[in-house]
Amino acid sequence: MPTLPKLGLLKGLGLTLKTMMTPATTQAYPHVKPDLPPRTRGVIALMDENCTVCMLCAKECPDWCIYIDSQKETVPLEGGRTRTRNILDRFAIDFALCMYCGICIEVCPFDALFWSPEFEYSTYSIRELTHEKEQLRQWMDTVPAPVELEIGAEPPSEVAAGLTAARKKAEQQAQQLAATSQTADGSTTDAASAGGEESGEEEIHVEAQVDEERYDELIADGVPERVARAKAKAHYVRSERKRIRAERAGGESA
Amino acid sequence: MENLLALDNIWLALILKVGLLLIFFLVVPLVVGYEEHKVLAHMQDRYGPMEAIWHGVGQLPADGIKFLQKEDILPSAADKWVFALAPGVALVPAIVVLAVVPLGPGVWGENLDAGIFFALAVSSVNVIGVLMAGWSSANKFSLMGGIREAAQLIAYELPLVLAAAAVVLQAGTMSLVGIVQAQAEFTVAGIPMWYFLPQAGGLLLFYVASLAELNRPPFDMPIADSEIIFGHMTEYTGLRYAFFMLAEYAGMVVLSAITATLFLGGWYILPGVPPPEIDVLFIPGSVVAGLIGFGVVFGKVAALCFGMIWFRATFPRLREDQLQRMSWLVLIPLAILQVVVVAILKVFPVGV
Amino acid sequence: MTETGVRSAQIPGGGQPSDGVRATDTMTPGQGTGVLPGPPGESMLVEVRGEQELSTQDMTLNIGPQHPATHGVLRVVVDLDGERITNATPVIGYMHRGFEKLAEARDYRQIIALVNRHDWLSAFCNEVGVALAVERMLELEVPERAQWIRTLMCEWNRILNHLMFVGSFGLELGAITPVFFAFREREDIQHLMESATGGRLHFTYCRVGGLKEDLPRGFLAASAQMVPNIRVRVEEYRDLLLGNEIFIGRTKGVGVLPPDVALDYGVSGPTLHAAGVPEDSRVTEPYLKYGELDVRVPIGENGDSFDRFMVLLDRIDASLDIIEQVLDHVPSGPVSLKMPKVVKAPEGEIYIRTENPLGQGGYYLVSDGRKTPWRMKMRTPSFNNVSMLPYLLQGALLSDMIAILGSVFFVVGDVDR
Repeated sequence: MPTLPKLGLLKGLGLTLKTMMTPATTQAYPHVKPDLPPRTRGVIALMDENCTVCMLCAKECPDWCIYIDSQKETVPLEGGRTRTRNILDRFAIDFALCMYCGICIEVCPFDALFWSPEFEYSTYSIRELTHEKEQLRQWMDTVPAPVELEIGAEPPSEVAAGLTAARKKAEQQAQQLAATSQTADGSTTDAASAGGEESGEEEIHVEAQVDEERYDELIADGVPERVARAKAKAHYVRSERKRIRAERAGGESA
Repeated sequence: MENLLALDNIWLALILKVGLLLIFFLVVPLVVGYEEHKVLAHMQDRYGPMEAIWHGVGQLPADGIKFLQKEDILPSAADKWVFALAPGVALVPAIVVLAVVPLGPGVWGENLDAGIFFALAVSSVNVIGVLMAGWSSANKFSLMGGIREAAQLIAYELPLVLAAAAVVLQAGTMSLVGIVQAQAEFTVAGIPMWYFLPQAGGLLLFYVASLAELNRPPFDMPIADSEIIFGHMTEYTGLRYAFFMLAEYAGMVVLSAITATLFLGGWYILPGVPPPEIDVLFIPGSVVAGLIGFGVVFGKVAALCFGMIWFRATFPRLREDQLQRMSWLVLIPLAILQVVVVAILKVFPVGV
Repeated sequence: MTETGVRSAQIPGGGQPSDGVRATDTMTPGQGTGVLPGPPGESMLVEVRGEQELSTQDMTLNIGPQHPATHGVLRVVVDLDGERITNATPVIGYMHRGFEKLAEARDYRQIIALVNRHDWLSAFCNEVGVALAVERMLELEVPERAQWIRTLMCEWNRILNHLMFVGSFGLELGAITPVFFAFREREDIQHLMESATGGRLHFTYCRVGGLKEDLPRGFLAASAQMVPNIRVRVEEYRDLLLGNEIFIGRTKGVGVLPPDVALDYGVSGPTLHAAGVPEDSRVTEPYLKYGELDVRVPIGENGDSFDRFMVLLDRIDASLDIIEQVLDHVPSGPVSLKMPKVVKAPEGEIYIRTENPLGQGGYYLVSDGRKTPWRMKMRTPSFNNVSMLPYLLQGALLSDMIAILGSVFFVVGDVDR
């Protein structure tokens, strides 16, 4: 550099002096906790009430860091039937192996796994980085609510289903209101409003039982027993509801 | 001017002088080091040390204690005695130079008649220390660092000496105390002035050359930590490394003090305003003036060190050949020019 | 070791130094020094050949694998003649993790979680490559919203990558301040990306068929607000580094790469653009939504380190322009197709070219109909950028080597996978 320095050096000096005058942007952790967004992948939380031990999370994990032990339990029902269900013995995530990719949370069909922004769980021993079921359940207290989505996004399917059901119910109520306002008879307003309430399918509660005829039909077709039982139950509920609705409608018109 | 510590009993005076010098030598570089940590941090938009005691004041003493308890590693291929002595050879000249630098009115170790000559001669001994460290480490990176360092120090001695020579020429004496007193009597068009105005070029030259002498950026190629790890200091750990670091900060303090003495009027608060001699309680006026003067010198040293830190934060490194070219082709001609101008002004005083 | 006409001298200080002298048993005059270390106890032999002049042997120096200047574990074995480099050989493989073999045992979603780790500074761009490969094989039509958001994320990732190299280049040359400023900007952008994806470095956001989930409320507004802030900061980097005379002196004329040599070595990305060749996959083979956008490709003139740095800063500006265009265009709609539980690519093979921030990245996917690929070969841009080092370092000074290493943009995880 055989020439004398020019303005560029002074501009640099001015910039560093200006930076010195403005307050620093450092967040003094651990005195100040960082403000993490809700979607931050800090730790995985488990709601073991929802888990049916389908093992999808353990299968999909790229590192195979989820350890699941379960056993089957048969529960007797009335009528000599039995029902088997899975009991979760051990659910452990080894966070020393975990890649924090989130695939396990994404594939869980029963919403048992959640992300939590907690990140301060360092330990002095690697063995303690394997979190067992109880500790994973405790992380559930730190799971934030799902974030509101950006403008223009499609609403999530659960929210969309709830919205359509609510819209349908509002439409039906409006229709009922329009129908009753047209009838001149004031005495049928009560029945109409009562009928309007009961006409919705979700109001009729039927205790599910296995319809014997349908069950035998399905078994004869070669359907597996568990599936046949479920289908027979559904058939029973549907026919019962139809019958009750017909009774009520018949009671009205009578 | 009388030395405040010139007591009747020479042994007591000696012990007092050496003791105070050592305390100064051990404490002030730590203060400058703390200044470096904090100033550098704020220039980089961060806080710097905050946890040690209060806002990080205990950081450097804590570092010193940490270095004490580190393992003392000696590479097996290293030349044992040369390796062990190198930090001492780098550190001791700084203490010795401090004996002649005036830190206030009456506050100095010894007022040598050849003060600046002594200071510059002794401070060039640390070239040997660096070469010893670089060679004896048996490490290619250290060797390269040591050789680069030797070339750089030799090249930048000349602007340093020539800029000091211009001041000596103007003051008429080589004694540092005498130079301060000459500045007290110096006037430009009737206004008392220090030497930084007529010798602004000399001040800049001396400052830049002292940056190069201390291996401070932008001249820190010998210890370029992204290339040759740490140059000649790579193999040093523990207390030996602490000595090298102390030598660097002490060198900063000493060379800044010399700059303040040569160009910025030493202990004078303003041009023509000496520290006042007022009696406070039982402390005699001369001691009070000495303390105030010491404070003034310390302030000037801190300001000059701030400039060094500011340069460190802003500039990248100069390459070795660019460094050498700048010294031999730019700085030395300018220094010679400065000496010539001062000589002419001395013979034909214009506007003094 | 003595031979006729050769006098050897023993220099004291022999032994086993840390990273110092290496001597081999099989040295003959005329042969370069070997790379293998000699046994302990060997001292440095100086062979003096001939009677006319004293010629010293070249010193072999290992830069790395642990070194502050190489971006990761890259080892460069240089032969030094004083301070001038006569020969340089990069030794790679210290970070090989077997990505391509791992990919043969993972299904596509797991591969996306893995593949954002080889070039960790541009994680999302890597994921996009894999997703595009599978989508093209399945001939899926990804929804518009997903494609626009993918483009936005790719460009933010490009800015993250370039900011990192802006900071580290200054650091290697001795300017210790720009790196802090660059990382301050990176923190802001990473906070934004974390609000959408959950991760700051490894996003795992792209999926075959779209994205994992939609953006959170306020993301597009925050993006729009961040763009002018970063523009102001890029101006500051120009002031602090690009206009600095010391920086110019260190980088102008250093590591000149002619365009034909660059194309021979297969160099791509900002390194190639600085040499003057405007080859950019976003323009020549537009993927995602780059075909509908105005993509500016800054090029340099000389191909030296200064031009590479200048191109880097200009590319940050160009990416900010692209982001502003994208923010005007994001439509509403679904963000992912309804994919089956297990994604199986049909039999066949495909090669996808994407413009990663470091250069042109490619994925060669051979599938046999199962849910894991038969072979996934990655063409990584850093590999070719590093292969150019012997040519660039020939005849350079040791200090220039640092400037060159810093200006040839590579990430060692990308070189080795």
